[in-house]
Amino acid sequence: MATPVKVYGPPLSTAVCRVVACLLEKDVEFQLISLNMAKGDHKKPDFLKIQPFGQVPAFQDEKISLFESRAICRYVCENYPEKGNKGLFGTNPLAKASIDQWLEAEGQSFNPPSSALVFQLALAPRMNIKQDEGVIKQNEEKLAKVLDVYEKRLGESRFLAGDEFSLADLSHLPNAHYLVNATDRGEILTSRDNVGRWWGEISNRDSWKKVVDMQKQQHSP
Amino acid sequence: MTTLIKLYGAPVSTCTARVMTCLHEKAVDFALVPVDLFSCEHKQPPFLAKNPFGQIPVLEDGDLTLFESRAMTAYVAEKFKEAGTDLIRHHDLKEAALVKVWIEVESQQFHPAIAPIVYEYFVAPIQGKSPDQGVIDANLEKLSKVLDVYEAKLSSAKYLAGDFYSLADLHHLPYTYYFMKTPCASIISERAHVKAWWEDISSRPAFKKVSEGMNFGEK
Repeated sequence: MATPVKVYGPPLSTAVCRVVACLLEKDVEFQLISLNMAKGDHKKPDFLKIQPFGQVPAFQDEKISLFESRAICRYVCENYPEKGNKGLFGTNPLAKASIDQWLEAEGQSFNPPSSALVFQLALAPRMNIKQDEGVIKQNEEKLAKVLDVYEKRLGESRFLAGDEFSLADLSHLPNAHYLVNATDRGEILTSRDNVGRWWGEISNRDSWKKVVDMQKQQHSP
Repeated sequence: MTTLIKLYGAPVSTCTARVMTCLHEKAVDFALVPVDLFSCEHKQPPFLAKNPFGQIPVLEDGDLTLFESRAMTAYVAEKFKEAGTDLIRHHDLKEAALVKVWIEVESQQFHPAIAPIVYEYFVAPIQGKSPDQGVIDANLEKLSKVLDVYEAKLSSAKYLAGDFYSLADLHHLPYTYYFMKTPCASIISERAHVKAWWEDISSRPAFKKVSEGMNFGEK
């Protein structure tokens, strides 16, 4: 019987959720070991040994220690191919490459402006950090241009890489969830017909609903 | 019969160079199809059908069309895994996983800090702007912190994912090549192990072929 894999990091972290969503889709048993980032757990020497940049998540299974959420997700898909959603990262090289290009687009084009907006609009106020209106405006414009491309694509295709939900769609869940549920700018996604339709579908997946539950439990007394 | 891989891009472009270097390392034949950036060919409908984000490069292999240079290199490195240099260490699960990690480090830690600096020195002047020192300084600070981690890593292994050259190292080549021509190059050369690593990877024949065409901004 395989030992559960370990994921280190708080459930509220977007990058941690990316990995947890993937593990749930792949039906890979895991143990979430939360870190208290307010106390600096992620900067302690023991943690820096497995994540030298002092960020979350980190991942361990029987064979190896890894970091960077998208690397962990790719590893999980490739090393547990027969488990859970077998097509999450494609079942042949052409499908995999098509998914990979949209996973790269998420990492290079969607993530930077959406992360900046999540920080400015949802996190900064909670941390008593002053919001920067210039940064907000700049990133709204950037994100809008990216979502215009998505709007066209999702009018031609049910999901980003094709007819099936994939790792590329999954990778968008954490930041999009915060934008829609923790800021007043959610309509940047929901007001676009095709993007809105796509968001509705991907956020209704059982795996993502479980992640959201996990986040809510963190808040309850 | 295998079709010839087509790469749409420009020799001066960092992301085109990334893919060309990978193709050379794998000894894979390809045709570079020039895209006229100055006439904004990459923003016109025929090109947008290949890459809706209007960016170069684009790779075509038979019926497959790909955008995002790092998706292209991953595809090429895997399709031709038994040819040329072993860039993804597919015979060893641990090594392959570590290559994935450091590919993401370049993508998520290194690239966001180095790209704006290269932009300020090389692209801004073409648009009639002076380099923005504020942007440069802020990103130099970020990049220095990343390079501190690299320095520690490279003091215990020759390359980023271990004692073997991999796609993770290769992905750093194009932006660092231009960066080394800026006044900020010292943050690489003052770190002994990073410097040695840079000299090693940038002197590989596959990259030397590509860097000959990387004369952006030069007369």
